[in-house]
Amino acid sequence: MFQTFADYMTYEVFKIEPGTQLAGAVDFFIYDSLKIFFMLIVIIFFVSMIRSYFSPERTKQLLSHKREFLGNIMASLLGIVTPFCSCSAVPVFIGFVEAGVPLGVTFSFLISSPMVNEVALVLLWGMFGWKVAAIYITTGLLVAIASGYVIGKLKLEHLVEEYVYQMKVGQSEIVEMNITQKIHYAINYTKEILGKVWLYVVVAIGIGGAIHGYAPEDFLVAYAGKDNFFAVPIAVLLGVPLYSNAAGIIPIVYVLMEKGMSMGTVLAFMMSVTALSFPEMIILRNVLKPKLIAIFIGIVSVAIICTGYLFNAIL
Amino acid sequence: MMKIEILGMGCQKCSNLMDATKKAAAELNIEAEFVKVEDIKKIMSYGVMTTPALVVDGVVKVSGKIPSVEEIKALLQ
Repeated sequence: MFQTFADYMTYEVFKIEPGTQLAGAVDFFIYDSLKIFFMLIVIIFFVSMIRSYFSPERTKQLLSHKREFLGNIMASLLGIVTPFCSCSAVPVFIGFVEAGVPLGVTFSFLISSPMVNEVALVLLWGMFGWKVAAIYITTGLLVAIASGYVIGKLKLEHLVEEYVYQMKVGQSEIVEMNITQKIHYAINYTKEILGKVWLYVVVAIGIGGAIHGYAPEDFLVAYAGKDNFFAVPIAVLLGVPLYSNAAGIIPIVYVLMEKGMSMGTVLAFMMSVTALSFPEMIILRNVLKPKLIAIFIGIVSVAIICTGYLFNAIL
Repeated sequence: MMKIEILGMGCQKCSNLMDATKKAAAELNIEAEFVKVEDIKKIMSYGVMTTPALVVDGVVKVSGKIPSVEEIKALLQ
């Protein structure tokens, strides 16, 4: 269906000579754009419908006084479906701690939430295939579970700002949405996300189409191929100061992979960009002492680096 | 006079919600005092975990999203 439309636009509307390089590029661009935007709309809508059944308030209750490990797994999974934006990181953190969610479990949630999300899923799926998307989601969850578990084991409660423990959290009664409101919410959310990411997506697809011919395919192999031991840690270090959502990073990732960076290194880079960011650290500084922020960055980086090596070894 | 508070630690969404609420109040000819609440302790005391949130006369009406002006009008009446 998308192919027919892409062919129609290319050859009938734009009247480009079939068989030329330009025709191929335009055809590819229209087809891929349609496919990815269709997937984005369907999946974001579906995920936001699921999300409307979850709220940080409910997630907090589910995780309250959970045992470690099981709690870390649940928190990482709930991180995917609980609506969360890093601007709410402080109230969410305080709310969790106050409700008796263990510190390590809270961290699993905070790590998983920005890293594992539907936009990353769709874009990786649309541009690299479902296997890459599945690997990203699975390893993202593992990084969140493992990092949170280790932070929990280290018993770092004293590195949380004291006032967090003295905070009195009030009770609020948020009225549950009815089904019409939920659909309305999902439509709005889909619009909002599309509004934020469409430009990145178009750029990614455009680059993808244009780059095929230019720059040698193995341009990066020597620097960032499987055999370079330092490629993964360097990719992770580069990713920390870069702050972007999953959509923003996809064009870069696409180029890197196209030009020979190995899969494990690319995944590690993407995780580091989405999970570790300076703005979020500055926000979290309100509730965490600098030492805990440093430990947090350290543990997550190590977990991501291990993931990168693992995939470079097995893929 | 109605007291309308917008809770949030100074993000873009908070000022969007403030604008939408002011518009809704103006359309309904409601006279209200608008307060921006950025202190985390105060925010937490309302039991709000997601910002921005809209509080009318001490009652949390909306949390974690920006409703349309029409929806806010319904909440203010």
